[in-house]
Amino acid sequence: MSGQSLLATGLRIINVGLDGFARDLSRAGIPVSHVDWAPPAKGDARLAGFLAKLDGDPAIDAANKEALARFLKAEPVLIDVVRADTVLQGLGDRTILHAGPPIEWDRMCGPLRGAIQGAIVLEGWAPDLDAAEKLAASGGIKFAPNHHYGAVGPMTGMITRSMPVLVVENRGFGNRAYCTLNEGLGKVMRFGGNDDSVLARLRWLASDLGPALAAALKLSGGLALKPIIARGLSMGDEMHQRNVACTSLFVRTMAPWLARAVPDSEKLAKILEFCGGNDQFFLNVAMAMGKSIADPVKGVAHSTLVTAMCRNGTDFGIRVAATGDRWYVAPVEQPRGLYFPGYTEADANPDIGDSAIVETIGLGGFAMAASPAVAGFVGAGSASEALDITRSMVDISAGRNPDWTIPGLDFAGVPVGIDVRRVVETGIAPLINTGIAHRKPGIGQVGAGTVRAPLACFVQALEALAEGK
Amino acid sequence: MSVLANRVRKGFYLDSVALMRLSQSVSSLPGVASAAMMIGTPSNLRILDEAGLLDAEGRKAGPNDLVVAVRGRSADEAKAALDGSDKLLSRPPEQAGPKGARNPRSMDAAIAALGGANLALISVPGAFAGSEARKALSRGLNVMIFSDNMPAEEERALKLFARDKGLLVMGPDCGTAMIAGVPLAFANAVPQGEIGIVAASGTGLQEVATLIARAGSGVSHGIGTGGRDLSEKVGALTTLAALDALDADPATKRIVIISKPPAAPVAKIVLERVAKSPKPHVICFLGADAFDMPKNARHAATLEEAAALASGPVPDAFDAAKIAAEWTKRLPASRRFVRGVYSGGTLCAEAQTILRKAGASFWSNAPIPGAMATKPESGHVLIDYGADEYTLGRPHPMIDPTLRDAGIVAGLDDPNVAAILVDIVIGTGANDDPAEHAANAVAAAKSRDAVVIACVTGTDLDAQNRAAQVRTLEEAGIVVAPSNAAASRLAIAIAQR
Repeated sequence: MSGQSLLATGLRIINVGLDGFARDLSRAGIPVSHVDWAPPAKGDARLAGFLAKLDGDPAIDAANKEALARFLKAEPVLIDVVRADTVLQGLGDRTILHAGPPIEWDRMCGPLRGAIQGAIVLEGWAPDLDAAEKLAASGGIKFAPNHHYGAVGPMTGMITRSMPVLVVENRGFGNRAYCTLNEGLGKVMRFGGNDDSVLARLRWLASDLGPALAAALKLSGGLALKPIIARGLSMGDEMHQRNVACTSLFVRTMAPWLARAVPDSEKLAKILEFCGGNDQFFLNVAMAMGKSIADPVKGVAHSTLVTAMCRNGTDFGIRVAATGDRWYVAPVEQPRGLYFPGYTEADANPDIGDSAIVETIGLGGFAMAASPAVAGFVGAGSASEALDITRSMVDISAGRNPDWTIPGLDFAGVPVGIDVRRVVETGIAPLINTGIAHRKPGIGQVGAGTVRAPLACFVQALEALAEGK
Repeated sequence: MSVLANRVRKGFYLDSVALMRLSQSVSSLPGVASAAMMIGTPSNLRILDEAGLLDAEGRKAGPNDLVVAVRGRSADEAKAALDGSDKLLSRPPEQAGPKGARNPRSMDAAIAALGGANLALISVPGAFAGSEARKALSRGLNVMIFSDNMPAEEERALKLFARDKGLLVMGPDCGTAMIAGVPLAFANAVPQGEIGIVAASGTGLQEVATLIARAGSGVSHGIGTGGRDLSEKVGALTTLAALDALDADPATKRIVIISKPPAAPVAKIVLERVAKSPKPHVICFLGADAFDMPKNARHAATLEEAAALASGPVPDAFDAAKIAAEWTKRLPASRRFVRGVYSGGTLCAEAQTILRKAGASFWSNAPIPGAMATKPESGHVLIDYGADEYTLGRPHPMIDPTLRDAGIVAGLDDPNVAAILVDIVIGTGANDDPAEHAANAVAAAKSRDAVVIACVTGTDLDAQNRAAQVRTLEEAGIVVAPSNAAASRLAIAIAQR
């Protein structure tokens, strides 16, 4: 578009500043899009300088194009369920993988400690929870983030060697990612639960559910996930807070294969009951899928797009494509939401879990417009507000995913590819839908709501990217 | 002591998030200690039980039933809360969500939403205007920068960046443009035509374009350059780019250039560029003495002359001599001076050129060469109320003429003032009814001894409608001249009677 051709073609105007100019123009029938402008980086001159430096860089624009293309080229397929230590390289004895960025025992929150105690007993590394606590506190256990092993886990995100994990293969790139099976609602290890009922359920997942799903998936040839997500979005799921549609679609699709794989009808009934009776069953599938989609974006040189967001209940960490495995870490925020009877905000643990991987690929809070019911957790809770939440995530995203559309937004695609530059520029932090754990270990989920990724993570990443230039 | 009460609604389903929100509403009813509404699945019943909210009635609920559980201070209050919950369930409150679509917060999102964007109109505070403009240019957009207070070095750098990309930067401090008939910022609705205008001055562009329109011609494009484009620091970069664009534009047959007198080396560059053009030019370097023109260019001393040379004069039955004669009879002998109360800086400058030509000594806060250095106790005074000292922390007088209105009143009530010059500028961005403002000011003055002479910069196509503005002014006893130059000539003639 040159100055000359400006005179020859009809004006299409971006109005930055006084909204009266936009009003006059649109009244005159001129196509205009008004930017609700605020000083970049909330007026921080140093950050604005970094933004200016990174903004006109053609290498970054090209890299982000490539990164976005990788997000969109993904072909995730759920292919198997296997014992964790058969696929997670180096996951051996006395190693526990957890959600979020790296953290030592001393700084861990209550639910994470509670879950670790339970996992130790589950693996037989200590006879009881007290002994497990002593073992963990004395340095007898190696802790590492799931993300370091190509895996993710919801809330506390426990993965130990004997646990069954879902295997999602991204056939666009050939990589695989892993996530545990969802334990259901109520008292569960992902919320820090660790009593006998929790451990018994985990044992059943390993002995019955995992092998049954593995057999069924093999018979079926694997489950293509992109189309299921697309249908789920049109049925009111956003794949973080709400997975009822995708869980139903999953059970409906897998039921015949499970029937063929599990000849004992009572065992089969229990499996179907468990999966179908847990609206969040599909969450873990979506998470493994998210990890499989985001991983090929990691390492795209110069790209400012986010490849992971996760929390360990103390810290929030993000990774950015250009800087590969490096974490940018800041204190997690407190979720805001609604509470189960008998609980209040005072009981709530700070934000926790790897589940923000679904926001990283454009679902969850980014797809809020698909899920008006979930918008009830935020602000006034109106459906129109849900639309605006997705629109605000468009502001910080590199593009949209045309395969995953939202009916309420005239079938526009979900926003995808969080650009660190846009987050710092607008001051809009990614919105994450989340469950809320009790701050004490062993109690479990007490509510659900939303939380913002801390801006500080994105500021650190921006600084690192600017220094690298 | 508190009382627990449960009520079961058979065969009822509502989304759990909706139920949690309703539970909050019930909890906030008077006398309610805690409340919960849940579908009676076994796990939910367990949760209610553990919270101490389940009684014998609630225990009977099945997975297709709703349990409403309330713990109240008294049995009556618990029952009232249960009734309240029934009401909430049968008529969920309408959500008061935000109305209308949300605007994007980043330029990229706006560009993606609009599609095919080709111009960014930037009116953010000056300190940020440069980076926003650069952002737009790097995304291939032409730019109009309404914002001012941008350092000249930054302006030059932006314009060089734009030149490399073949893009146009209008501004900074560009208040007016009219591209292919589209009025931008402070601009007028003008018919499309053959005359292209390049102007370093917003009101200059408005005055010339509207005079051209009223003479029955039209404007192809009016390109603003920003007030400093022809300075030595900036070197006419936008003016040159605009001349390139207009030369290449088949709709443009003639070109008018409007600016304050540029520095000599810059004038030379511009005139050399004009000489290369195949199209005839009219050049108004307002306030400059006559100078050597290229063969294809004519010099205009005033905006009025520039418009007339481009399109012919505006037909008007205005009889200045008759009005001057009438007021010569009426005016008290002490009233001998012109008072200009302007909202448009270039119109104020044009008035000064006319006073200078009439041999009058005058003072202005926005002076042209030849103006008095210090303000006289009494004398010809022309004030630009759009100058920085009047607009700091206040809207521009074209948007809110209140301060300028006070200038009208003060002029009428000053026993030395013979004629008050007022510019009424209409069009987009401007006040909805500036004529009404001026009329009210005249009515508010104690004295009606001086003549108030207005010009109305605008057309009948503008939302305020020029004819309607003229009517309002004339009904208030204000003389309306066909142009600012005509108004100025009349004012100084009356003052010098």
